Amino acid sequence: MSAKTPHDWDIPGTYVFDYTRSQLGYRFNKMCMSLTKPANRAAFKADFEAYMEQYKVPDAQRQLVRDKDWLGLIKSGANVYLMIKIAEAFGVGLYGMGAQQRGETLEQFLQTRNGKGAT
Amino acid sequence: MAKIVAGIGSSHVPSIGRAYDARQQEQAVWAPLFDGYKPVKKWLKEEIKADVAIVVYNDHGTDFFFDRYPTFAIGVAEEYPIGDEGFGPRPLPPVPGTADFSWHVAKSLIQDEFDMTVCQEMDVDHGLLVPLPLLWSHDPDWDIKVVPLVVNVIQHPLPSALRCFKLGQALRRAVESYPEDLRVVVIGTGGMSHQLHGERMGHMNAEWDQAFLDKLEADPALLTRMTHREIMEAAGAEAVELIMWLTMRGAMNEKVKRVHRNYYAPMTSGMGVVTFTDA
Repeated sequence: MSAKTPHDWDIPGTYVFDYTRSQLGYRFNKMCMSLTKPANRAAFKADFEAYMEQYKVPDAQRQLVRDKDWLGLIKSGANVYLMIKIAEAFGVGLYGMGAQQRGETLEQFLQTRNGKGAT
Repeated sequence: MAKIVAGIGSSHVPSIGRAYDARQQEQAVWAPLFDGYKPVKKWLKEEIKADVAIVVYNDHGTDFFFDRYPTFAIGVAEEYPIGDEGFGPRPLPPVPGTADFSWHVAKSLIQDEFDMTVCQEMDVDHGLLVPLPLLWSHDPDWDIKVVPLVVNVIQHPLPSALRCFKLGQALRRAVESYPEDLRVVVIGTGGMSHQLHGERMGHMNAEWDQAFLDKLEADPALLTRMTHREIMEAAGAEAVELIMWLTMRGAMNEKVKRVHRNYYAPMTSGMGVVTFTDA
C-alpha cells in the first residue's frame, strides 16, 4: 500500500476524489476507462482477472473487485464515474452499487426514494 | 455582432437520457420532468431562434482521462461523435459544431487569461447529451450547433465557483466580439443535489436546490462565494457540478428575467431547469 493517505473533508460518508485518490486509483480507473470500447468490454467479461493483470491493477484493489466491494474501491481511489463501467460489466447498476455502499439491499434503497420508477 | 440571447441551467442526469430513448416521457413518474422542458423547447424554437449553444458540462470518464486532465477545455470541431460511456452510445445523430466560431471563442478566452485546452476531436457524453434533445430537435438532424465547454468538476482541486462565474463573463466578451450575427444560448449543466458514492449515496436536498435557483436568478454573487466543501456538504458530493451553472449566469446581465423554472427529484438527483434572458 502506498504511503499516500487521502484527506477527507469531514463530510459523513463522503470520500473526496482528489489528487491523492487519483494517484492511488490510477491503474484501476484506467482499466475502467478502457471499457468505453466494446472489444475491451468483451475481454473484461471473458476474463476479468487477466484484464486486471493487463492493467497492472494493485493487488488490494483486485481483491476489492473480486469482492465487488464498491465502498472499498471508492475509499482506495476509484472514481465513481469510472467504477460504474465495471459495475455495469458485472451487471450491477448505479443504484445497486450505491445501495451496497449504504449497507442496504437494492430493494431497501429503492424504498427510500420518492419516485422509485424513475430509474 | 454575435449576441447571447438566453441562458439555461439544466441537470444532466443519465436516467433522463435513458427515459427519453425509451420514450417514457408521458409516464407518470417521468412527466413532471419532461413537461417542464416542453415550454422551454417551444420558446427556443419560436422566440429565441438560436444558431449556436455553448454547453458548459463535464465529461464523466468518456473521452477525458486522468492521464491529462484539463481544468477547462473547449471543442473547436465541426462535429462531435456520440460517446460510448461503457454501455454503447445513445441513438442520437452526431452533434454539429461550428469550428470558426469555436476557434474565435477559444482565442478570445485565452487572450482574456482563461488558458483553455483546445480540442479538435472530442466525443460528447451525457453531460452534454441529456439536456440537448429536451431543448432542440434532432430528427433527422440537430437544429442547433454546439460549442462544448468542458470543466473539471470531478478531480479535486476544481476551479472555484467564482472562477467559473468569471469564465462566463469572459464568454460573453468572446461572443460579443464575433463579427457575424449569431444568436447564442449558453447552457450550464449538472446537479442539482446528488451524491453517487459512499455511505451517503442518495443524499438530496430539495430545499437547498430551490434556494440555489432563487439565488442564481437574484444574487449569483452570493453563490460565487460558496466553497466546494459547502456545496458538497449541503447538497451531496457530486452536486459540486452546479458551479457550471455559474458560468452560464456569468455570461448573462447582472439583472435577468426568469422565463421558466421546473424542479423534480424522484430518485437520487434534484433535476432542475431554469431559463433567463437579460433584463
